[in-house]
Formats: sequence, structure tokens, C-alpha cells
Amino acid sequence: MKKISLTLIGLYLLFVHGFSQVSEQYSNMFKAKPLKLEEINLVTSYYTQDGNHSAVTGGIGTEKLTDFANMLELKLVGYSDKGLKHTFLAGLGVDHHTAASQKWISSTGASSPEGTRVYPSLNWTVQNEEKGNEFGIGTYYSNEYNYKSFALDAHVGYKNKSGGELGFKTSAYFDKVVLIYPSELIPTSTTELAPTYNYETIKTSASRGSGGTIVNGVNVVESTHANIPTSPRNTYTSSLTLTQVINKSAQASILLDIVKQDGWLGLPFHRVYFTDGTEKIENLPHSRLKIPIGFRFNYFVGDNLIIRSYYRYYTDDWGLKSHTVNFEVPYKITPFFSISPFYRYYTQTATKYFAPYKQHLATETYFTSNYSSAAFSSSFYGTGLRIAPPNGIGNTYLSTLELRIGHYTQTTDLNSNVISLHFTWK
Amino acid sequence: MKNKKQKFYILLATFFSMLFISSCEVVKEYQKNRINDSEMALSARRAEKNELNFMSYKEGAAGANGGKTGGGCGCN
Repeated sequence: MKKISLTLIGLYLLFVHGFSQVSEQYSNMFKAKPLKLEEINLVTSYYTQDGNHSAVTGGIGTEKLTDFANMLELKLVGYSDKGLKHTFLAGLGVDHHTAASQKWISSTGASSPEGTRVYPSLNWTVQNEEKGNEFGIGTYYSNEYNYKSFALDAHVGYKNKSGGELGFKTSAYFDKVVLIYPSELIPTSTTELAPTYNYETIKTSASRGSGGTIVNGVNVVESTHANIPTSPRNTYTSSLTLTQVINKSAQASILLDIVKQDGWLGLPFHRVYFTDGTEKIENLPHSRLKIPIGFRFNYFVGDNLIIRSYYRYYTDDWGLKSHTVNFEVPYKITPFFSISPFYRYYTQTATKYFAPYKQHLATETYFTSNYSSAAFSSSFYGTGLRIAPPNGIGNTYLSTLELRIGHYTQTTDLNSNVISLHFTWK
Repeated sequence: MKNKKQKFYILLATFFSMLFISSCEVVKEYQKNRINDSEMALSARRAEKNELNFMSYKEGAAGANGGKTGGGCGCN
């Protein structure tokens, strides 16, 4: 009797033990995890440029400019009780620039040469890691003195078991161009503008903050920025990305964007001078269709060398065509420290609407002297350093530090330098 | 796209892409140590983000690189 009882008790305990393992596995598979701050990224860059073809002064004049750009991004990750991974990315960007040409928005050179842009963003993605698919949405806002932007986007992605990934993203920007004219070209008649535009209460924003100004015989009092009219600019983008692992050392991707823009596609303080000596602000078509297609191919050579390559072909309905080729060769001095020299070559044709200073005919409908629309080639070269030890730098939460420096030159005589730092905390 | 040359380039790119993809081998997860290296990622580095923006301000082309395609700033 005792033996039977002990046997039964033993069998019962064995049965309960087996069942508890199964329920533990199931409970681990569907255990929700709350949102947790997983990663912080900070990118900070300092950019300086110089050239002699400022669009503000009609294609001549200094393009001296400095820009201090910063982007902070927080990544929070959590899991639902169904095992779905939720990722939130909260970003905040702040850029401050100083542009010598900007002070010449006023014909007297009294305009402020500085400006600050603030741009927050928020993205949410939900992934089924087992099935390999994901869906996400995002929103973006940007505010600077002469431009406001609001954007929405959505994306879906799918991974298959043979190392392929397909992604589709669509975004829409609903922007407002603040119609800040060169001081000598501000319309003198209120009938030229929207009825709410009261010329007598407007000061050109070019001289904002520096007191009252007499313009065309009218006493222009301290402005309220809200009185300056705006014009919409909308940008709609659809992007397709196809990625494929080729073998143990190589993978590649194709990226295709289709971009449609409409609205005020120039900038109202860009001057154009004509062969007959007259002057207007640039006038560009109210729609643009852009189609860039890019290819990436990365190959791990031996144990220490990686080749990162990129090619893009671009075409649009303004007549601009371009080719971009970029090579970067990271060399791993140790598994945690690498140096990456890079070189980028770019060439483009001019748009149909570009001509240099005093080369446009007054009879043309569309015209610009902005040299970003000219025919030119450029080179960008430099190097990067990356440190990413497994236990963090100095055993801290700072897991990765990257430094990049580069020098950029165009055949238009524009040249620039940029230095960037990227910090990752985990 | 009206230009025959443009159509040719696109067809050529599509052909090579298909050839490319069809010649791939299946790589098991434990063999992906090189593929999963952070410097093998098929995207621009985060440290390049501001560089891409600066270049899009001074060049006519943008897009197909994960960066700006247009809109978002008064940078034309």
C-alpha cells in the first residue's frame, strides 16, 4: 500500500513538473514588456561653406555660410502580450545658421543673417518578429522664420526566410513658404496680394528687429510676422526598398522614390536679373515630378575590410538629370575600432529654367539663377572613425562614438567642410 | 518617361536586379555574423544624416538614400 501511494505521489509530482514547464514556456512567449528606453542617439554637425553664386543676389555674391545642426533621438521599445514589438522614436532637431547672403534680402544689407530651425518628430512601428512583417506611422514638424512644415508618413515592411526584405513608405509634407521678398521688390499695391495682406503694416522681414523703415514712400512700422502672407508647398513621396542577402559576405538593396511636388517651389527672396537690366524674384513651375533610383552593395572582404558602395540615378521633369557614386571602405583595426575613408562623386545637368546672372531674357516665363539648378560636378571626400567596445566606452552607457570629417567642392567654385559626431547611449 | 535612353537604363537596372537576386544563396542565422556587422548595414550612417541634408540644399537631386526627397525645410 505504501509503495503504491509513493508511486502515485511520484507520478503526480512528475506530471505537475512537466505541466509547469509547458505553462512557463507559453507564459514567456506572451509576456508583455513595458516600454523601456533602449537607446539614445545624438548627431551634431558643424558645416561651413563659401562660394560666389548666391541666389539671393541673383547668382553672384558671397555664399559664405555656417550651420550648426543637432539631432537627438530617443528609442523606446516594449512588447505586447501577443509578442508584438512596439518601437517609438522621438526626435528633436535644432539647427542654427549664419548666412552672409541672407542680409542682402534687404537691398541695404540690413537683414538678419541668422536663423534657427526647430524640428521635432515622432514615429511608431509595430513588428511581428516571428513572421517578419511590420507597420509604422510617423509625424514631423519644422519651424523656421521663413518656412513651416508638417508631415505624415506610413510604412510597411516584410522579411522572408531567404534573407530578403521588402519595404514601402509613403509620406506627405504640407509646407508653407513665407513670402519674404527682397526689399526693393515688395509689391506696392495691395491688390497684388491676398486681401488680408496690409502693406502698410508690413516691414520686410529682412530687417526684422531693427526699427521702422521707409519703403517706396510708405512708412513701414514694426512688423508682425503673422501679417506676411504664405503660399503652400506640398510634397508627396512613395518609396520602395528591396534588400537581399546575397551570400555570407555580401548584401544589396534597391531604393526607388517617386516624388511629386506642387505649390511655390522656389524661394521668394531669390533675385533674377535679366539681360535688359530689369530684376524680378525667381519664378518656377508650380509642379515637379522627381524620380531617383539608388543601389547599395556592401561586401565584407577577408576579416577586416568592408566595401560600402552606392549609386543613384536621378531625373525630373524640370530637365535635371544626375549621377551619384559613393564608396566607403571601413577598415577594422580591431573588432571595435574602425577607420572609414570615403569618396563621393556627383554630376548633374542644368534644369530648363536656369541661367547665370543677367543671362535670362525678360520674355521668359520661368527663370532662376539658383546654382543648385546649374550644370556642375562635385566631389566629397573624407574619413570616419568609429569606436564601439562591447562594454561601452570607458565602461559607461556610451556604447558607440563616430566622428566624420569631409571636404566638398563643386565646379561652380562652391566649397565646404563638415565635421559630424554621433553618440549612442544604450 | 519619354526618353528611350532612360527606358533602356531602367530595363537594364531591372534585369541586373533580377539576375542578382536569383543568384543569392540562403544564409543561415548562425552564418550571418558578417552580414549583421553594423558597418554592413544597407543604409546611410546616422553620422551622415546632416551631410545628406547639406548636399540636398546645394544640389538639384535628392532621394533614394533614406534622406530628404523634398519639403520639410526652406532649402528649396
